Amino acid sequence: MPQTINIDKQNIPFSEGQSIIEAAEQAGVYIPHLCHKAGYKAHGSCRLCTVTVNGRWVSACTEPAEAHQQVENNTRELQSQRRAIVQLLFAEGNHHCPFCEKSGNCQLQAVAYSLDMHDTHFAHQLPQRSLDASHPDVLLDRDRCIQCELCVRASQEYDKKNVFALSGRGPSTQLIINSESGKLKDSQINKNDEAIKVCPTGALMNRSKPFSIPIGQRQFDKIPIDQQNTCVPDTTEAST
Amino acid sequence: MTKKIRLATCSLAGCFGCHMSFLDIDEAFIAVADIVEFDRSPLTDIKNVRNCDIGLIEGGVCNSENIEVLKEFRKQCKILVAVGACAITGGVPALRNNFELKECLEEVYLNGRGVVNPQIPNDKELPLLTDKVYPIHEVVKIDYSLPGCPPPADAFLELITALSENREPKLEYALRHFD
Repeated sequence: MPQTINIDKQNIPFSEGQSIIEAAEQAGVYIPHLCHKAGYKAHGSCRLCTVTVNGRWVSACTEPAEAHQQVENNTRELQSQRRAIVQLLFAEGNHHCPFCEKSGNCQLQAVAYSLDMHDTHFAHQLPQRSLDASHPDVLLDRDRCIQCELCVRASQEYDKKNVFALSGRGPSTQLIINSESGKLKDSQINKNDEAIKVCPTGALMNRSKPFSIPIGQRQFDKIPIDQQNTCVPDTTEAST
Repeated sequence: MTKKIRLATCSLAGCFGCHMSFLDIDEAFIAVADIVEFDRSPLTDIKNVRNCDIGLIEGGVCNSENIEVLKEFRKQCKILVAVGACAITGGVPALRNNFELKECLEEVYLNGRGVVNPQIPNDKELPLLTDKVYPIHEVVKIDYSLPGCPPPADAFLELITALSENREPKLEYALRHFD
């Protein structure tokens, strides 16, 4: 008999060493997240996956699943907090969906839709961030970066290249490139790298096929992210 | 017959695309006209907003006139609605936020290609530009937002129908897209 945790009154089996979000994903239960991706080491920075375990607030991506945990996930309070986090992410960057090539395939946007976010609520910080369009195949638009470090982890763990890192503190934090000039064109980046594919926003984009899928036919245009099985680890491509 | 809802609309730093989308409710406009009376709006050409139930604001804030109009709408409207991406985040006009205002003016009026008699306009009747383009919720309190560029016609219909029925508007998934 497998051990179980209980998420929103549903018993969910887990294996030893799994986090709460991993157990939930395996059972098809959606917990909103941005910095987490199946197959990647937990980061615990975006806090979107915050749930309560036996009444205590924890991030589901870093909290190990343990037998008999009572987990609350889809509650009005948690969804409201998550919406506020996404609103903050929008207000902290320069996110303009109408003219972003990632629109419709963007996880940040999809999570906002899923959380019934209609506005950005907070005062916009209007940060001045530089764009790196030096590479013919890859674009880095720091305006759209949410600093989840998925590209950093992907580049190190899957691409074995170590192209990206976060530098600076607080509002000055930005994604930097590991190359002599600090530009993408002089780095080891390749358009097929996992580091590009894994970006949950339009910060890192493959430039070779812009708008190849029309708006309206994209991943999250019709089906909410919480109703898609986006949790299955898709590291196959990365490991080949 | 019950009293009609008074509705005003305006476009600040916007393209009127949201107004066009509002008109896209097509034949539903006949039903809307039964419950809504239009006050200041590009659709009526009434210049000053009077006491209204609902104000729809398209576009962000890019100059002193936008601020004046927005504050007047807030004063006159019981419910104020941010309509479209520009009103909610600044949208396309906010692209100038990557530059200093001085740089923008110099590029357009002094150094731009084909400029004849270069000079930066400073007529006192021209509204002063704000340093950046702002979402409208940073200037006045906003009650509801219709996201989208533009918001779908059905989102306008749901908003007006819901408010006329004294219920909270509910935007289904297809009606809350940001692009």
